[in-house]
Parts: sequence; structure tokens; C-alpha cells
Amino acid sequence: MTSSALTKPQMRGLLAKRLRFHIVGAFAVSLGVAAFYKFAVAEQRKKAYADFYRNYDSMKDFEEMKKAGIFQSAK
Amino acid sequence: MHSPGSAAHGEGKMPPYTSYHAQRTYPMPDEPFCTELNAEQRALKEKEKGSWTQLSHAEKVALYRLQFHETFAEMNRRSNEWKTVMGCVFFFFGLTALLIWWQRVYVFPEKPITLTDEWKAQQLQRVLDMKGNPVQGLASRWDYEKKEWKK
Repeated sequence: MTSSALTKPQMRGLLAKRLRFHIVGAFAVSLGVAAFYKFAVAEQRKKAYADFYRNYDSMKDFEEMKKAGIFQSAK
Repeated sequence: MHSPGSAAHGEGKMPPYTSYHAQRTYPMPDEPFCTELNAEQRALKEKEKGSWTQLSHAEKVALYRLQFHETFAEMNRRSNEWKTVMGCVFFFFGLTALLIWWQRVYVFPEKPITLTDEWKAQQLQRVLDMKGNPVQGLASRWDYEKKEWKK
């Protein structure tokens, strides 16, 4: 083995370095996941419900269901 | 943490019958790897008691090899065991599949009436009539004008 000078490895602050990396990463991942959920799930769902109920006629819906024969109390 | 091993010292035996129990989680036990030393090695151990700057590189390596069986690089080497493991896993998947197939043919009783296709179709029609989950769920995927699933 040749005696070439190796670079001195980091001797101190290893835990601090690891913590910083993981805390920053955890923050970023949580924010990312929350933002993705808000955009992809929550806003979509709110829009779907708003669109459904904008022109919803509950009496018409009821008449359709009655005609299909699923009610016992209204034939 | 006291040494995990036998009370007697191994003399001239190979692991696992020696008292040498170094592992990755217990890397520097008191007992060295080689306990039986020849004259040359005993001389080297004497030299070790002096200043270490007097030792040549080869002597340092020899002392290391007396103390330890393998270096960290050697003990952490990878192996092909995973191939055996995956092979056995897949084999037992296949064996289980064959067993379950045989059971389906020879053991399972008749399906109840509620699992026949006619019953399931009537059930689905009833759910659609009731407009179950009309916003994002089942009934929202059904086209009531054309009486078919939405594309």
C-alpha cells in the first residue's frame, strides 16, 4: 500500500449534520405532500361538489328514483 | 458488555470453536484471533510493547491479522445469498398457488346465490337507481341518458 495522504474525514458535528439534513428534508417533504394533497384531492373534491349542486334539482332526482321503484313509502 | 462466549480459551482451533467473537456490533473484544503464537510472532508482540513508530508497515499488518480475523471490508463483503432467498420465496409462491388451485377444484363448496352474475347485476342496477355516491363515486360514472358507463 502506498502512503498517499488521505483527506482527513469529518471528526465532529456528525449528528448535527445528519439532523440538519433530515429536519430540512422532513419539512420539505411534509410541505410538498400537504400542497399536493390540497391541490389534487381537496380542491378537486370541492369543485366536484360545487359542480354537482350548482344545477341540482332534488325533486327531479326524487321522481327518477320513485320511477325506478326503490321506495317503499312512495310508489 | 462482557464477552459473549465460552469460559475456556480455544487453543489451535478455528472459529466457531475458538473464543474469538468479534462481529460488526462488537468489533474490539479482548481476546485476539490468534492465541497460539510461534516464536516470530511472539517476538513481534514484544516489539509491539515499545514505540509503535519503530514498526514497519508489514509488521503493523501482521499484528492486525493476529488480533482480528477479518477487516471491516472483508467482513462486510456482499454475497449472493439474496438470489437463493428470492428463489425460495418464488418457489413457495408457486407451490401455494398450486395448492390453492387444487382446493378450488376439490374442496370449496358452491358459491352462494348472491355471488352469481344475475344477482350481482340486479344489485348494481339497484345501487344505480338509488344514485349511490352521485358526486364522485359509482353513480357519477354512469350515464343515465344513454344507460351505459361514462367514457
